[in-house]
Amino acid sequence: MSVLVDNDTRLVVTGITGREGTFHATNNQRYGTQVVAGVTPGKGGQDVEGIPVFDTIGESVEKAGANTAMIFVPPRFAADSILEAADAGIGLIIAITEGIPAHDELRVYTQLKRTPDVRLVGPNCPGILSPGKASVGIIPASFFKQGNVGVVSRSGTLTYQIGNELAQRGFGNSSIVGIGGDPVPGSSFIDVIELFEADPETELIVMSGEIGGSAEEEAAEYIAAHVTKPVVAYIAGFTAPPGKTMGHAGAIVSGTAGTAKAKAEALEAKGVRVGRTPTETAEIAMQLLSA
Amino acid sequence: MDLLEYQGKQLFARHGIPVPSGKPAATVEEAVAAAEEIGYPCVVKAQVLIGGRGKAGGVKLAKDRAEAEQYAADILGMDIKGFTVHEVWIEAASDIAEEYYASIVFDRAAKAPLVMLSTQGGMDIEEVAEKTPQALARLHVDPLLGFQDFHGRKLAFAAGIPADLIRPVGAMLAKLYATFTAEEAMLIEVNPLIVTPERDVRALDAKVTLDGNALYRHPDNAALRDPSNEDEQEQMAHERGLTYVKLDGDIGILGNGAGLVMSTLDVVAQAGGAPANFLDAGGGSKADAIVSAVEVILSDAKVRAVLFNIFGGITRCDEVAKGLIEAFDVVKPTVPFVVRLDGTNDVEGRRLLAEANLPNVTTAATMNEAAAKVVELAAGSGVAA
Repeated sequence: MSVLVDNDTRLVVTGITGREGTFHATNNQRYGTQVVAGVTPGKGGQDVEGIPVFDTIGESVEKAGANTAMIFVPPRFAADSILEAADAGIGLIIAITEGIPAHDELRVYTQLKRTPDVRLVGPNCPGILSPGKASVGIIPASFFKQGNVGVVSRSGTLTYQIGNELAQRGFGNSSIVGIGGDPVPGSSFIDVIELFEADPETELIVMSGEIGGSAEEEAAEYIAAHVTKPVVAYIAGFTAPPGKTMGHAGAIVSGTAGTAKAKAEALEAKGVRVGRTPTETAEIAMQLLSA
Repeated sequence: MDLLEYQGKQLFARHGIPVPSGKPAATVEEAVAAAEEIGYPCVVKAQVLIGGRGKAGGVKLAKDRAEAEQYAADILGMDIKGFTVHEVWIEAASDIAEEYYASIVFDRAAKAPLVMLSTQGGMDIEEVAEKTPQALARLHVDPLLGFQDFHGRKLAFAAGIPADLIRPVGAMLAKLYATFTAEEAMLIEVNPLIVTPERDVRALDAKVTLDGNALYRHPDNAALRDPSNEDEQEQMAHERGLTYVKLDGDIGILGNGAGLVMSTLDVVAQAGGAPANFLDAGGGSKADAIVSAVEVILSDAKVRAVLFNIFGGITRCDEVAKGLIEAFDVVKPTVPFVVRLDGTNDVEGRRLLAEANLPNVTTAATMNEAAAKVVELAAGSGVAA
């Protein structure tokens, strides 16, 4: 098992005819993901290296049986593309696009909460990888192998770092889920941890957080109340000064809220072990799995 | 992006929110001319992106031309908590009967705008929230429904606003909310929101933070970015499209991806070093972006050693290596570099670096080893260089 993406994933890629869209859609296809369609309005009828292109997401569902969408369009079109995917009946929408205006994200989030059976992961995320099954997004899949560690993270490259440390110690992943670094992520740590808790293949969960917001603190409460599997956490940004946005739009300490210290303490208070470095995080995970 | 008080007030005025009349001035002459036009008494207010201006002596009431001149001369160039005052705002003095507080915050946890109102304005609102939470009325607004008249009444009654002001205060909140959504703000705070003896409601202060990601839809707001409030490196990085934050230390940092760079700063600090900056070279950086980044990092004279920490995903390690080699050719750095390359095309990247045999470049196999090395080199480079 794994979560969210697997052999049954039938992917439609919006923005497939762009340079980056083509590159990553075909990469995902080479990994083994069923990339069944692309969408670019006005380019219906064309194809991208054999992948049929449609004018609307609705057509890709109807004619190619798409059930998952990857959003790869520029920020100014992304909110619209996500809403179109939900309207077309797509159940899982993975938004890679970085730089979507926060008020757009808020409207999209609110609308999707009212739409049953639609899940948004991202935006501003690296995607989802279930090693050996499917890769949707930009995660360098060759560095990861199948295994029993579920990873959920706000950062892409930090996920690769931790995943690689685990791989070097002989551990693989059930799934790696990037929830993204924006202020209004479609899925939270809690949403993904709930899936890992229910996934029989996942034996341990690694969550990688960072400064800004309160999602890690909320996850700590949830873990204490609902999660039986071991969870190891890492938090980035102990040295970040207040008031400065550290790259990710969501990574900002406002006053005393959202600090790395507060997040690590909230998690530890609920019995979640927190690694001080990515290496230590992988070592703790290894100890727990070997025990 | 944070706006100065007067920029916020000009934004308010465009949305029909009453604010005292005023003019910005960058020199004493301009300030005096503005004061003469506005009339006396007028207030000379330092324009800096930091609170506590009044206590620092950055807000003065001038009753005539001589005082306006004196205060403008005192305040322009003043340092307030590390921020230099480049502009003052000359404003008509207001008669104040009541001081309220109003704000709208983009509440990330609740995923909805949060509107707050209190009759205890003019003071530190966090203190009000802590000591007398019932004095701070709060309401989340459904972003798809928007702010309704009844929201305004509900807040005004809950905050204990006098009966004759329920409608005017509600109308003020509606206009602030309209500004919040139309301008795509992350925060709008008015403290104090005043009531004049004539019972008019006005915004006497304006604290506005706009969403940087939405500025492409608001070219007027984008043009308000004030380079004088940024330091030299941050300005240089901004012009080159790099994500850079200046810090206090002496170890320059370059990485790819915000999370990994934040983590790198932490690991360097744990190894006993002090990072000089946050620099995210971003996904898919090409060689020229790396050259540009090295120039920005080294333009900070405090930097005594530089750490490259790359885990290639979209970013290819061979491109990073090429960029570093080119940077050595163009910039000719005199400080030591430690480079850690993993991920996409890492073998090729390491081979290129080994072949180039750059002076003063050490490679490291892991992030922890790289951090330890760069800290050691920064400590010793004063002697070695």
